[in-house]
Amino acid sequence: MTDVFARRRFRLRAMKKLMDNYLPADQLVACPKCLRDIPIAQKEENLSVCPHCGYHWPIGAKRRLELIMDAGKYREINADVRAGDPLHFPGYPEKLQKAREATGMNEAVLTATGMIHGHRCVVCALDGRFMMGSMGAAVGEKLTLAIEHAQCNRLPLIVFSASGGARMQEGILSLMQMAKTSGALRRFSEKGLLFISVLTDPTTGGVTASFASLGDVILAEPGALIGFAGPRVIEQTIGEKLPEDFQRAEFMMEHGFVDAVVERGRLRDALGELLLVHQGGRHER
Amino acid sequence: MNGEMTAHERVQIARNPQRPGIRDYIDALFPHFFELRGDRLSGEDEAILGGVALFHGQPVTVIGTRKGRTLQENLRANFGMPSPEGYRKALRLMKQAEKFHRPIITLIDTSGAYPGMKAEEHGQGEAIARNLYEMSALTVPVIAVITGEGNSGGALALGVADRVLMLENAVYAILSPEGFASILYKDASRAGEAAGVMKLTAPELAALGVIDGIIPEPQGGAHTDPASVMQALDEAIAAQLRELMKLQGKALAEQRYQKFRRMSAFERAELVRQPAARQENQP
Repeated sequence: MTDVFARRRFRLRAMKKLMDNYLPADQLVACPKCLRDIPIAQKEENLSVCPHCGYHWPIGAKRRLELIMDAGKYREINADVRAGDPLHFPGYPEKLQKAREATGMNEAVLTATGMIHGHRCVVCALDGRFMMGSMGAAVGEKLTLAIEHAQCNRLPLIVFSASGGARMQEGILSLMQMAKTSGALRRFSEKGLLFISVLTDPTTGGVTASFASLGDVILAEPGALIGFAGPRVIEQTIGEKLPEDFQRAEFMMEHGFVDAVVERGRLRDALGELLLVHQGGRHER
Repeated sequence: MNGEMTAHERVQIARNPQRPGIRDYIDALFPHFFELRGDRLSGEDEAILGGVALFHGQPVTVIGTRKGRTLQENLRANFGMPSPEGYRKALRLMKQAEKFHRPIITLIDTSGAYPGMKAEEHGQGEAIARNLYEMSALTVPVIAVITGEGNSGGALALGVADRVLMLENAVYAILSPEGFASILYKDASRAGEAAGVMKLTAPELAALGVIDGIIPEPQGGAHTDPASVMQALDEAIAAQLRELMKLQGKALAEQRYQKFRRMSAFERAELVRQPAARQENQP
């Protein structure tokens, strides 16, 4: 019965959070690409896509899943897994704390099960607001647990990437997550199961060089930056400015590393189609 | 022995141009080496050297990154920074080793995968990812040796091994200390400080369970007495290989996968119980 008070406290806190984040619907936000001002309400309604130039703003993991899943519903798994501070890296615990407060998430990836157009699947989404969506040992663990969950239940797996790469503060252990997630996907694939990787802005570094590049099907959102080395590092190496379209989703598709560039508004249907046509090939081995 | 050195000093020794390179190791340890070139897709990358040889009379595949000694050599080998073609060649040779039931020895000394335009256009990320993916399931023994610098995914792409060994003054890290400092401190000149907190030296990595053995170096580093290092490395590889050769292919792959699967460090938070929020609904 004490629960009543706990709930009440929780609701009050939730309300306060809402108030804190409240923005008047007619407030304007500038599109970073075409620089035009758009009312916030219109931006939200348009799935955080610029109605003028089609620029796709990065979106958080929760919003991503709400947009993709049937009725916006999903069941989160391993929500409690979060980073420790394995290397005792100066300032890391504080940084984690800040990210947790800012996002309301324990870690930079949300892993869940749910339905897309009636097809049950495991869906993961990285959240770029949580330390740039970087992969440390906890993110690697959550992804691997999600892969294993999908394998155990013979479900298709979908991962939305949005990441600056491996998490620096966990050093070599972050690097090892690349081997861990890739190995887990190899075993998953051996079972004849489907992995769809969706690359969103930005997908770089150790995430590109591991699970994000290993999809049976690889989709990307328009304009998403996709690469191993970041543009600044490349510019330093070659000593010149990169062309505007370099490492963008369309460019990566032209070079053979992306199957299709799909607008945010069409992603849910595209995934539904892919899940439909992957329901058990009939050819006997 | 070099017990008292700082991480930064080890980084300098690991990068010493006089340090033995892949050709020295091959000449000393792997007789009858025959170089195999090209990825059979689009090119040949001299930043990676690979081929077949004998080790203690037994056929093996040897693959490693190549740094040059002279400017000319370095230009050809792109200063030891591999391109996707190099990683794909390495994968081709590993699959070939599997076909012929040969163990694989990789020798790693690279400042990282090449961050250039062509490398990106040709799928640097995909090439590295593919190697991690396939190496995790190889059914022959794989031993990786970090001989100098082992930086980033560019090193790991040859490093998903049953046993990972390091020379005493070698370093293995997510990124060069300079890159690390420029990302975290916005100041590459603080690389020395970065090296101190990155846990990139062999003793630190052994303590973390990331590597399996350390090959001792003479005082001052491997270049002061290469013969003794070759001898120690030869013995270490032979000892590890003897153990690994006892295991069947499937068991090896399973053990290798589990080795990396266990590389975890996380905690479980106490969850705030949320009253029927949207994401808690059963789909």
